[in-house]
Amino acid sequence: MASETILKVAGLHASYDATPILRGINLEVGGGEIVAIIGRNGVGKTTMMRCMIGLLPAASGTIRYAGREITSLPADRRARLGIGYIPQGRDVFPRMTVEENLQVGELIGQSRRPPATDLVYEYFPILKERRDQLAGTMSGGQQQQLAIGRALIGSPDLLLLDEPSEGVQPSIVQMICRVLRSIRDRHGTTIVLVEQNLDTILALAERCLVMEKGQIIAEISAGLVTQDSVRRHLLI
Amino acid sequence: MFADLFAYFYQFADVFAFLVLSAAGLAVIFGMMGIINMAHGEFIMCGAYATTFAYHAGLPLPLAQACGVVAAGLIGIVLEATLIRPLYSRPLDSLLVTWGLGLIATQGTLIVLGSSMAGIGTPGGGFRLGGYGFSIYRMILFAAALCVLAFIYLLFKRTRFGIYARATMQNANMAQALGVRRNRIYALTFGIGAALAGLCGALYAPTMTLIPTMGATFIVEAFVTVVVGGANVLLGTAPAAVALAVTRTTLNGLYGQVFGQIGLLLAVVLIIRVLPEGFSGWLAKRAS
Repeated sequence: MASETILKVAGLHASYDATPILRGINLEVGGGEIVAIIGRNGVGKTTMMRCMIGLLPAASGTIRYAGREITSLPADRRARLGIGYIPQGRDVFPRMTVEENLQVGELIGQSRRPPATDLVYEYFPILKERRDQLAGTMSGGQQQQLAIGRALIGSPDLLLLDEPSEGVQPSIVQMICRVLRSIRDRHGTTIVLVEQNLDTILALAERCLVMEKGQIIAEISAGLVTQDSVRRHLLI
Repeated sequence: MFADLFAYFYQFADVFAFLVLSAAGLAVIFGMMGIINMAHGEFIMCGAYATTFAYHAGLPLPLAQACGVVAAGLIGIVLEATLIRPLYSRPLDSLLVTWGLGLIATQGTLIVLGSSMAGIGTPGGGFRLGGYGFSIYRMILFAAALCVLAFIYLLFKRTRFGIYARATMQNANMAQALGVRRNRIYALTFGIGAALAGLCGALYAPTMTLIPTMGATFIVEAFVTVVVGGANVLLGTAPAAVALAVTRTTLNGLYGQVFGQIGLLLAVVLIIRVLPEGFSGWLAKRAS
């Protein structure tokens, strides 16, 4: 599946306050791939995602996206280059309507493509139905759909998803997995996700990178992502 | 009878306009950015002085007032980028810095321009109704206050800028991670708040004596309206101004100005006792 490299991280270090969390991350993701970062709680998965979108500065190392070094760019520049970020806990804007939340996401693909509003409503009909509702009053699963829709509306080339299954009922998780696969198949969108839920990993990931103590310590190659192989690494 | 009713409405409109125009800039900066701008009165003074300068330089009054608005707005944008921006997560420090700026502006104006300045006569003349005299300019101020409320509502509810500004207010990191240029939003929002304060000064410049401490005239009304309105400017400012204006106008009519002012402050104490989050907090709770 992997064609040209779209994301390349080399020697990435980052800290919260004085505590080093990332200790030299190296990874490469090809265009159109779906890669899961797996590992136990507290190994630095979320920190790595925040570092890649630019909400946490890198102490050293480089992040290259689509052939361009983005390590020192602020988060808003990275987003406008086509990176869609869906954080852990979703972070929808609670006192804004669904439609207004989506409009903020339109900046991602700004000046390159028209907003993919119809596509988002097609994948997540509940968002169309509730477009005038305040996002803060929706259920966890609906907020997750909104957070994903908000990133998709700008037609990103790379999606960074942090624990999409967390706090969402299984039927909605399955639906979200189908949507994400279909997005990749139709548009070639690259997807990097952090996940601990076995079913979600198996349903989505083509390749897994195993994280431990701020480093990538192992890889499950394409074609080898099975219940046994993933479970073994999740239990490390 | 009609003349009496109109006289009451006129008094109400006068107080309402004063509350709304005083508070608008403070409310935008506090509501959208969480900054308590202690230099608010000095932005008002700046608008009044710039208007007066432009007027004496030969510009017609409305254009001179536009100069006052622009001057305050530009100064606001510059101050945000240089002094306020590093202090967003430090509310007490930003309060202190804006207070210091206000002192510098007041004393600086006193040193450079002296203790007072030749004013502008109130334009527009007046009209009589049933034995009472009314000023046309006061009616223009009332219309301006309504326009300011409509402007704030439309700007933050119906424009792209407004959506990005509200998103930034609710979750600045997330907004930035979606592509919002956070610094630009902050600078513009602060600039708009400062420009609205400038507008207040520009509009009241023809009605009062120009002295460096004139901003203080507006401060009490500005703060009480914002406190009673609550954090959400879009919901709170208008009902707060109506409630306070009705209280004050009624007491003014019955017992005179002093009791009007006392009643206004008592009303504020009562309202924030009953509605600690102001009108907007109460309205938002009822809606959800």
